[in-house]
Amino acid sequence: MEKLKYALYTGCTARESTPELLSSTLAVAEKLGIELELLNEASCCGASHLQDFDDHLSLVLNTRNICYAEQREVPMVTLCNTCQLNTNMTKERIDHDEELREKVNADLKEVGLEYKGVSDVKHFLYAILDDYGLENLAKQITKPLKNFNVAPFYGCHNIRPSELHQNDESPYAPDSLDRLIEICGGKSVEYDEKNSCCGFHADLQAPETAHKLSGNALVGAMDADADFMVTPCPLCHLNLDVKQGEIGHTMGREIEMPVLHMPQIVGLALGIEPEKLGLNHHVVKAVYFE
Amino acid sequence: MVVKFKVFRFNGDTDVLPYYKEYKLEVSKEDVVLDVLNRIKWEFSGSLSYRRSCRHGICGSCAVKVNNKGVLACKERIYDLIDVFGKEMTIDPLSKERAVKDLIIDKKDFWDKYDEVQPYLEAEVEEYPTKENIVSQKEAGQLLDADYCIQCGACYYSCPSVEVNSDYLGPAALAKAYRFNSDVRDDAKLERLETVNEIGSGIWDCVKCFECAEVCPKEVNPIEKITKLHLQTFEEGVADNNVATRHAVGFKHSIQKHGLLDEGGLVLYSEGPLGMAKHIPAAIGMLKNGKIPMPWQLPKSEKLDEIKKLVKISSTAKF
Repeated sequence: MEKLKYALYTGCTARESTPELLSSTLAVAEKLGIELELLNEASCCGASHLQDFDDHLSLVLNTRNICYAEQREVPMVTLCNTCQLNTNMTKERIDHDEELREKVNADLKEVGLEYKGVSDVKHFLYAILDDYGLENLAKQITKPLKNFNVAPFYGCHNIRPSELHQNDESPYAPDSLDRLIEICGGKSVEYDEKNSCCGFHADLQAPETAHKLSGNALVGAMDADADFMVTPCPLCHLNLDVKQGEIGHTMGREIEMPVLHMPQIVGLALGIEPEKLGLNHHVVKAVYFE
Repeated sequence: MVVKFKVFRFNGDTDVLPYYKEYKLEVSKEDVVLDVLNRIKWEFSGSLSYRRSCRHGICGSCAVKVNNKGVLACKERIYDLIDVFGKEMTIDPLSKERAVKDLIIDKKDFWDKYDEVQPYLEAEVEEYPTKENIVSQKEAGQLLDADYCIQCGACYYSCPSVEVNSDYLGPAALAKAYRFNSDVRDDAKLERLETVNEIGSGIWDCVKCFECAEVCPKEVNPIEKITKLHLQTFEEGVADNNVATRHAVGFKHSIQKHGLLDEGGLVLYSEGPLGMAKHIPAAIGMLKNGKIPMPWQLPKSEKLDEIKKLVKISSTAKF
C-alpha cells in the first residue's frame, strides 16, 4: 500500500480545549503509517460564526488555509466537523464561481498566495475509512473493544448538507462510525439521536436549547445501554463531555457517559496506551481503560 | 418488491394514545409515498387520514415523515427510501405532538410564526401607476430561490431548535423574512430585521445543523437565508450588542490577534465579565483536566503577520 500523506488542519479546539484529539490523531497516524504534516500557518475557520459577520473575510481566510495544503501537494484532512464543513463549503463556492474565486485570489495575491483548487478536503474519519480502508485497519487491530456497547454520535457538519460531502453517507441513516466501531471490535448501539444536533453553535445565547439537545443524545445513548459515546467532532465532544453536569440538571437525570473522540477508539483498538491517547483529559472519565 | 409500512394512527376525538398499524404492500419503482398512502386508504383502511391536494409538489399539504426524514409524500419515491432505509418504513405525521388525526397535524404554530415576519411585500404602490415596476434578472436572483417555498412545514417540524424552544421562529419563517428583505421593491427590511434579531426567537437561535437545507423538498436552503439575515443585521447597522453578535464578531478579533481562536478570550468577549459566572462549573472541570491553556501557552498561527494583513484588506463588515 502506498504511503498516505496529508496536510493536517487541526482547527483551534484540538490545540486548546481538546488537546487529546490532536495527540490521539497523531498517535493513530503514526501507528498506521499515515504521514500528517501540520498546517501551522493555518488560521481559524470561523466556525460558522465569522461567516455570520463577514462572509468575504471568512472566504479569504479559509481559502488561504487550503492554499497551504496545495503548496504541499497533498489533500487536507480536518479533525473537526465544523472545520470540515466551513473549509469545504468555501472550496465548493470558489470552485463553482469564477468571479468569486478571482475576488478571493486578488486579496490572497497581496500575500503572495494563489488558490488553484488542487487539494481535496476530507475529515480524518473518511481518510481512515476510504483511503486507508477498513479491511486494512482490521488487520492492525490488536486490542479489540470486546464487550463494549458504543454509541456513535455523528455530528451535523460531517453529514449535512449531504451535497457537500463526498462520503456516500445518508444523513438519515449514516453508518461510517458504526462500521468503524464494529471493526474496532465494539458493538455499535442503535439510538434515535445518533445523527442529531448537540446544539453547540447556539450554546452561548441559548444554553437551554443546547443543554436539551445534548441531553437528548446523552440520555438516548444511556437508554440504549451504551458504555460510552464516540464522536468525530470536538465541538460535539465539548458539549457532551464538559457540560454533562449542567445537562443532567436540565434533563432531570443523572448522566455519567464518557464521550470519546473517534481517533481514541481506533487508538485503543490498535493497542496504544490510554495516556498517549489523552484519555486523562476527559471530564467524564472512561474508567474502563485506565 | 414487498415493503412493510408502519403507519402512525391516532384519532384525537376517541384515542387516548396513538398506535401503529402495519401494512405490507407490493411497490413498484414509479411509486411515491402518496401512492402508498392512497392504496392503504383504498385497499386496507378507509379511515386513514392525511392531507393531499395537488399531487405535483406545489401545494405543500402532504408533507410527512418516513423514518424521521421529512418528505413531500407526492414527490418522494419509495425506491429512493428503500435505498436508505431498507424494506421496513415508519410513516409518521410531521409532528406527533400536534397530530389531530393520523397524519394530519395542526399547523397553527407554523402559521403563527410565519405571520410574525410580515410575509408579504410592503411597498407604497401608486394607485394609478403609469409604468411597469421592473425587477431586473440580477435583482430577482438575489432572492436565491427563497420564493420557491411552498410552506409544507418539513423544515420547521424537523428543526431541532424548534423542537426544544417553542419560541423559535424556525427556518420557514426566517427564509420568508429573507425572501422579502431581498426584494428590491420592499420597504420593510429594517422592521423585519428587528423582528428576527430577537434572542430567544430569532436568527441567533439557529443551531446550524443544516437539517432544513437537507430536508427541504424545494431546495430553498433556509439556513443559507438565515446566514444572510445575520449578515444583513450587520450591514444595516441594526445588530444589537449582545452575546450572540459579540460571539460572531469576536472570531475576527481573535483571528486578528492569534490567527487561531483564543477560546477563553472569545467567551469573555461575548459574555462580558458578569456573564462569565455561569461558565465557572464547566471551566473548573476543564481546568482540572488540562483543557484550558494558560495565557502564555495560547497557540498562535505561524505567519501571523500574513493573517493580520489579510484581515485588514479583506474585512467588509463593521460592528
